[in-house]
Parts: sequence; C-alpha cells; structure tokens
Amino acid sequence: MEALWLSMKLAASVAAILLVIGMPVAYWLAFSSWRGKFLLESVVALPLVLPPTVLGFYALVAMGPRGPLGKLWIALFGHGLAFTFAGLILASALYSFPFAVQPMIASFEGVDRRLLDASAVLGAGSLRTFWRVILPLSLPGVVTAAVLSFAHTLGEFGVVLMIGGNLAGVTRTVSIDIYDHVQSLEYGEANRMALVLLIISFAVLSFVYAVNRRVWTPWAAK
Amino acid sequence: MLSARIRKERRSAGAPSFTLDVSVEVSTGITILFGASGAGKSTLLDCLAALAQPDEGRIAIGNDVLFDSAAGVHVPAPKRRIAYVFQTLALFPHLSAEENVAYGLRGLPEAERRSRVEAILQAFRVEKLRRQKPGEISGGERQRIALARSLVTEPRVLLLDEPLTGLDAELKATIVDDLRAWNTAKEIPVLYVTHSRDEVDALGERVIALDNGRVASSGPPMEVLNAPRRKKLAQAAGFENLLSATVLDLREADGVMRVRLGQSACEIEVPLGYAVAGSRVQVAVRAGDILLATERPHGLSARNVIAGRIVSLEQRGTIVIARVDCGVTFVVHVTPGAVRALELTAGRPVWLVLKTHSSHLVD
Repeated sequence: MEALWLSMKLAASVAAILLVIGMPVAYWLAFSSWRGKFLLESVVALPLVLPPTVLGFYALVAMGPRGPLGKLWIALFGHGLAFTFAGLILASALYSFPFAVQPMIASFEGVDRRLLDASAVLGAGSLRTFWRVILPLSLPGVVTAAVLSFAHTLGEFGVVLMIGGNLAGVTRTVSIDIYDHVQSLEYGEANRMALVLLIISFAVLSFVYAVNRRVWTPWAAK
Repeated sequence: MLSARIRKERRSAGAPSFTLDVSVEVSTGITILFGASGAGKSTLLDCLAALAQPDEGRIAIGNDVLFDSAAGVHVPAPKRRIAYVFQTLALFPHLSAEENVAYGLRGLPEAERRSRVEAILQAFRVEKLRRQKPGEISGGERQRIALARSLVTEPRVLLLDEPLTGLDAELKATIVDDLRAWNTAKEIPVLYVTHSRDEVDALGERVIALDNGRVASSGPPMEVLNAPRRKKLAQAAGFENLLSATVLDLREADGVMRVRLGQSACEIEVPLGYAVAGSRVQVAVRAGDILLATERPHGLSARNVIAGRIVSLEQRGTIVIARVDCGVTFVVHVTPGAVRALELTAGRPVWLVLKTHSSHLVD
C-alpha cells in the first residue's frame, strides 16, 4: 500500500506541475504564427515515440552528480537529484508532457476565433481573454490534460526504473512493486496490485471520455 | 469623424489574390457599406478594428491616429474603443446575457457598471433575459444582446457587419428603430455593412459602395444605388434588367446616345456615357421603372417605346413578374390589378415604355 500511496502522490504532483507549465506552452503552440513552430511541436511529441528507457537514460545523465541538473541541485540542496522523489517527479513530468499539452492545444484551437476578436474589441488584453474566454471554454480539454497526465504517470515503469531505482517509500511505485512481486513469484500479491491499478486506470479514462462528451458541461447548446 | 486610407493585400491558397485599396471618411450617423460578397467589406472592418493590419495606410478618429504605416503607429484592438458587432455576433456562450453585456465594462465602480448594464438592457428591451445564456434565447434576442454589449462601452465608432441577417422584416425594423434612437442620442460614426436593399433604404444617410476592393461610389443612397456604375453593384442593388448593348451614335447636344440591345433590332435612347460609336456598354434598368401598354401609346415624353410579346407571367407576393420578348427579354414588374385590367396573358403583344434616364450605364 505504501507503493500505491507513493504512485498517487507522484501522479498528482506531475499532473499539477504539467498544468502550470503545459498551459502557456499549449497556448503558444495554439496561437503563435511563427513558422518554425513545428520544431517545438515535434519536441513536445517526442516522449510519445521514444522508449522510456531512452528518456530515462538522458534524464539520469542530466541528473547525475556530473550532469548539469544534478550539479545545480547539489549546489541548491546539498544532495543529488537521481534516485530521489524530486528527480522522479521531474523525469515523469518530462515523459508525460505531451499528454498534458496536446489536449490543451486541441481545445484552445477549438475556441471560435471571433470570440477572441470580440473580447479584444471589448477592451480585453490577451491575459484577460485567456482567463475569461479561452480557459472556461476549454475546460474539458484542461481536465483531460490533467487526468491523462495523472493516469499516464501512474502507469509508467521504464522512466521510474531508470531514474528512481527501487527504494521503498521513496521511489518504489506501484508498477515497480508489481514487477518485484512477480520476480519473487508472489503472484497473489502482484495480482492484487495489478487489479487496483487496472480499476483506477479504467475509472480515470471513463471520466476523461465522459467529460469530452460534455456530459456535465453547463453550457451545452440545446 | 473616422477617416481611413487602407491598402491590404490578401493571399490565400487556391484563390486569386485580392487587394483592398480604399479611402473612406465616415462622419457621425449611419453610413452604409454596400457591396456584393467578396467586395472587401469585412476586410475593411477588420482593419478598422485592428483585427487585421493594413499593409499601408492611415486610420484616424478626428486627430487621434490609430494606425499610420509611415509613422509606425498601430494601436491594438483593445485600446481603439471601436465597437464591432460581427455577422456571427460572437456572444460568449458560457456567460449570461448580463455578463456578456458587462464584459467590456472593466475598471468602473460596481454601481456605475450595474446601472449602465441595466440602462442598455432596457434600451434594447432585453432586461428579462439577463440570466439566460446565448444558447437559450432566440436569434433576434441574441442580436439585441450583441448590440447592447458593443454599445454599453460607449465606443467612439461602431462597426456592424450584417448584424441583422436572417431576421424577418418586422423584427429587423424594430431593432433598426432602437439602433437609430440610440444613435440619435450618442452621435458617433456608424459603419453598417449590408447587401440588403431594404436595410439601405431603412437606415442609410450615406452609402459607400465597394466593388472588388475599391470604392465604386459614395453619397446619398438614391444617388449611389439608383445610378450604379458597376455591374456587380447593379445586380446587388436590384436592377433586374442588365443588358449588353452596342453604341450606334452619340447626340452630345441632347445628352443622350442610341444603343442597340444585344443582337436584336431593338434600339433605345440612354443617357450619354463615356463611349464612342461601336463600343459595347451595359445598360441596367429596374423592372419597376418600365411601363407596359397594350396599345402603342402616343404623346409621351418617354423616348423609348418598344414592341414586344409577353413570354410569361409569374405572381410573387403582390407583384407580377412579366417577361417580355422584344428581341431581348425584359423583366417588368406590374401589379396584379394591372394584369386583370389589361387582361395580360402569355403570348399577348404589348408595348414597353422606358424613360431615357431610367436606363443606367454600368462598367
């Protein structure tokens, strides 16, 4: 159960961080007319195609005592970043980035441009337009982004293994725990954890699909 | 007074490039921006509101310069205080009518804001809908809310892009009355885009006619729309007869010239235009400006009396559309009473009477 609690904590932190970081990135990707935009779009989508071990490997090198991130962290906090919960959050955020950014891009782009024009001629700057018009109308996309990055982080294995190792209470998440149980032939224990993860994932995805059908949105057109 | 000189090229894949190149002055009161679709009306409005940036030119309200390509001035949309009601209205779907109207009123004390919203909701007779969302109210009510939302900010200029499309005539008239009443009190320049002849007659003090990105003509509605100089404009302004003709001879002293219509033997007299004998011109005639007689009339001042035969009669509402073959086909509007009194039927020989100045030359 300690592993499950740790996984939840990790997933929730990652989802929160990605909402904050992903929102401006998604905004820029949705509305910028810069011609080189496709380059950043590719970078954002990279974690979708790379094996988690590749991502985990680079993250590990960067966070190691000789890597740039690792050095910075040691200078700031006096200890390394690799094999810590903070390092795990960072690497997981990187890995789940497209799951947060892409639904937000799609929903921001879905907002009628004339509504943004209307907001502008009524005196609102881009920040106010974002808070009062774009964000409320993109709420399903933002919820999807948060929930998907939560679920994706909950289920990840490769990056966690590379960056976190297997320290009980610090970096041993549910997926690692299940792997451990199987390795030690404790199938009953593995089955119990696997089932919990399966049910949580199913519940989360059902929620996402329900939101995107706008079952609960209050301003559904008649 | 809004004055603008705008040049903007618009390229889009698969379409020929289009250039808006106009110079307009809009004084207080309602000015109609008239033209066929694709003439550049919306592009002009977008440039005025800073939703699009002209390639070059200058836009100013009085002495306040909003855009000047030479001086590098470009005041962004939120700071222009130019209200714009879009064709799609663009009401915020997640906000109530009241919240929509209050949207542009930021930085005002709460009490002031409340009273202004209240006043405008009453002026446009939508105070009962304050808590409704745009998706829950009718088209006409949405149009009223959109007008209220724009006007409550006390803009310096109002741009309206066909805001009343799709409404029935009666509803349109009441909204137009409310808009007129409001404008009498505020006295700002209003630029009203439409291609509906009815709205021009109901609203316009002045008309600016656009055609293919240029100002084709401007002035009082009667002058601009009754003497259309361009073919597209003529069609939009409701000239049912648009005939190609060959100039036969010019009579400068009388201010007229004779033309032959199409390939027919039918010759008529039209006002003198820039033409020489043998050149091709287009003649536009309103169906309602042609008289129809069953006997050859005498003693008329009208110079054109043309023999023909009725091809078909078709009643539409309270007018009957008669097609008359005179070598070329004319469309003539008559009343159902006239059809009965003259016993008009298809195949019957008739005479068409046309005043010289009811014929207009178009480019």
